[in-house]
Amino acid sequence: MIDAPLVIEDAPLRAVWYAAWRFVLQRASAAVLALCVVVHLATIIYAVRHELTAAAIVARMHASAFWPAFYTIFVIAVAIHAPLGLRAIADEWLGLRGRATDAVLALIAVLLLGGGFYAVRSLTT
Amino acid sequence: MPSTFPVLIWRGAADGAFRRYDVPRLASQTVLDVVTHVQRHLDASLAYRYACRVGMCGSCAMTVNGKARWTCRTHVDAVAGDSALEIGPLHHLPIVRDLVVDMAPFFDKWAAAKGEFKPTASRYDDFATVAPSSPARRAIDATIECIGCGVCYASCDVVGWKPDYLGPAALNRAFTLVKDVRDGAGVSRLRAVAGDSGCQSCHTHQSCTERCPKHLSPTASIASLKRLVALAALKGNL
Repeated sequence: MIDAPLVIEDAPLRAVWYAAWRFVLQRASAAVLALCVVVHLATIIYAVRHELTAAAIVARMHASAFWPAFYTIFVIAVAIHAPLGLRAIADEWLGLRGRATDAVLALIAVLLLGGGFYAVRSLTT
Repeated sequence: MPSTFPVLIWRGAADGAFRRYDVPRLASQTVLDVVTHVQRHLDASLAYRYACRVGMCGSCAMTVNGKARWTCRTHVDAVAGDSALEIGPLHHLPIVRDLVVDMAPFFDKWAAAKGEFKPTASRYDDFATVAPSSPARRAIDATIECIGCGVCYASCDVVGWKPDYLGPAALNRAFTLVKDVRDGAGVSRLRAVAGDSGCQSCHTHQSCTERCPKHLSPTASIASLKRLVALAALKGNL
């Protein structure tokens, strides 16, 4: 028994636009994360090698406008990048796609943003 | 009398099984020679497909010891050594019978990727002049050599995971036409390869590039399409 020919119709323009922008956002957020993760790891290594306590680290973070800004950008990049990566996994491994999947992924993005900003707020207040 | 060696060949459709044949071992023997020997001397009911026998037509691709290959230019020495040879139909395509797969889904995706040339000139215009040294022409020097054998498609992990993914060959074809200065499909072709089943789904595993018998790099074509789609999206031209 031969399967019927697979016919792929032209995707709606909105779906094409959405797919292209997902790709752009994932690549852009990956570029930001590449830099952020290196800085983050270097910061951890610095803190460990100088035997800084948690209180000392928080005090230094409070004293600078750079670190809250840096981690705000980090959190936004994670909240964009992670759900898009999970979307590909859900599609390819579980066959899940469509609005319900995207709604769950949007919720994950919101949770990452919420949790991340909550942590960043402790650096500023 | 040459010595024989065991060859396992897929028989039947998707629910078939490998059957063993003992085939004479000859010098400079190709995998296609082996299959042809079985069909002509051992079991006339074996179904397989070939045409040119010299690596031009792209019709004899099969799975040889687990990897998709063009069988007419694959020497038994190179793939089997002294061990058994296992020959099956290509992956990711419906099996018609034995070693023959239905290539319709593969070429349907060429159509979905708008793989047909859209002329901008008519028969009354003069021949187009394309400088061989121009960047656009040099970008497709290699890609135009695709023979449509399906080896890349059968080797692609993403095709296996995501059945509507257009696949390396169709995207390589689309890229070739995007870079063809005589072609007029423009943004409509970019849209065709930019959707959920398009170029962005490629994971750059490069199995297509590793296995392509013509030593092309569909991965590079797909990467170029990704860049073109991203630029079009950023410029608002998609």
